[in-house]
Amino acid sequence: MLDKTGIAKRIAQELQDGWYVNLGIGIPTLIANYVPDGLNVVFQSENGILGMGAFPIEGEEDADLINAGKQTITALPGAAIFDSAVSFAMIRGKHIQLTVLGAMEVSDSGDIANWKIPGKMVKGMGGAMDLVASSDNIIVAMMHTNRKGHSKLLKQCSLPLTGVKCVKKIVTNLAVLDVTDQGFRLLERAPGVSVEDIQAATEGRLVVEGDIPEMKI
Amino acid sequence: MNKIFNNADEAIAGIKDDMTLMLGGFGLCGIPENSIAALVNKGVTGLTCISNNAGVDDFGLGLLLQKRQIKKMISSYVGENDEFERQMLSGELEVDLIPQGSLAARCQAGGAGVPAFFTPAGYGTEVAVGKEVRYFDGKPHILESALTADFAIVKAWKGDRFGNLIFKGTARNFNPVMAMAGKITIAEVEEMVEPGELDPNFIHLPGVFVQRIFQGVNYEKRIEQRTVREKV
Repeated sequence: MLDKTGIAKRIAQELQDGWYVNLGIGIPTLIANYVPDGLNVVFQSENGILGMGAFPIEGEEDADLINAGKQTITALPGAAIFDSAVSFAMIRGKHIQLTVLGAMEVSDSGDIANWKIPGKMVKGMGGAMDLVASSDNIIVAMMHTNRKGHSKLLKQCSLPLTGVKCVKKIVTNLAVLDVTDQGFRLLERAPGVSVEDIQAATEGRLVVEGDIPEMKI
Repeated sequence: MNKIFNNADEAIAGIKDDMTLMLGGFGLCGIPENSIAALVNKGVTGLTCISNNAGVDDFGLGLLLQKRQIKKMISSYVGENDEFERQMLSGELEVDLIPQGSLAARCQAGGAGVPAFFTPAGYGTEVAVGKEVRYFDGKPHILESALTADFAIVKAWKGDRFGNLIFKGTARNFNPVMAMAGKITIAEVEEMVEPGELDPNFIHLPGVFVQRIFQGVNYEKRIEQRTVREKV
């Protein structure tokens, strides 16, 4: 089974040279730490920067330089800063090759819910609805089950949706799956996790074809 | 031409109860601190505030929420403010949550004379309820309308008496698009400079969109999530 860092490391293997990538808050943010050597990837943060670098060293924090998670950041050489309209123009206009975000639920047809629990928690969608509606390549990074142990990979989302039929791939602490017309298709198992473990933790339709390899982290 | 006002109190003259305001900033980054403090002092109520976020409990728009001066918020993300969540869940505060990109585009459209536009963001979600759907290239889009405000209040790094503005770092965010959409736009700046000091090639927001400008004082620039790495 993977921890959050493991999920980030596995998704980092999906990165390709020359890509512009938007990382959501939480597990996705960690991916920036595991970019494979030799790859040039530019990270976009939707509050208005391309070329986001590492966190600053202590004493060099700048209140005027933050990411979408409101964390202090640095700008790499070659970075560009812009307003919110330009930022979402590059998102909606499909100039960003990969979006990675977290989710509370994903359905086996690729719907995603991650912004609201009616009557309980309402934080807002931020840029997530724009991102999932426009990006051709969306990976969800999340735990396979919620804190109560219930599956987050469902036949249908029970929570208000963020987007419909948009998720392409899911990397959890248990598995890598993609979304097909037949439902979730199991691609890889996390180290030490069996196909049966994954089937037990997946409520939505799950396609298992042939031998499922273990992830290489 | 001289759009300079002496301070925030003078610059916000004419803001009355029940008006609609746009306030620039993302989180606490690039918020018009001086003007928010002046609005708290002035005590106007029943405000509709269009702002990406709602500040934190004791800073930014949270200060206006504490005093119950806001009737309605139009935002994309409000997760950092417990008082906001309490007022919203109890029904005291009316809230319209909209996708961040649509918020930016709606402000820009309002300032640019575009009454509405189609976007894919929010299709199939609560956001799309009651909105016209149209397919372009086989993909569904929803009709979103432009936003304008009685006053837009923005924060810039440097500005001149013509209202030309430049912003610093990611403090730019919503400030330029909101400045475009105010019937009256107030800009507070960290540094007022003489006309000509800002290179015309590098003006982020042309002064035509700004009616009032003043030099702010005592910026706190609070950091919401101070995050650092070890020095190696």
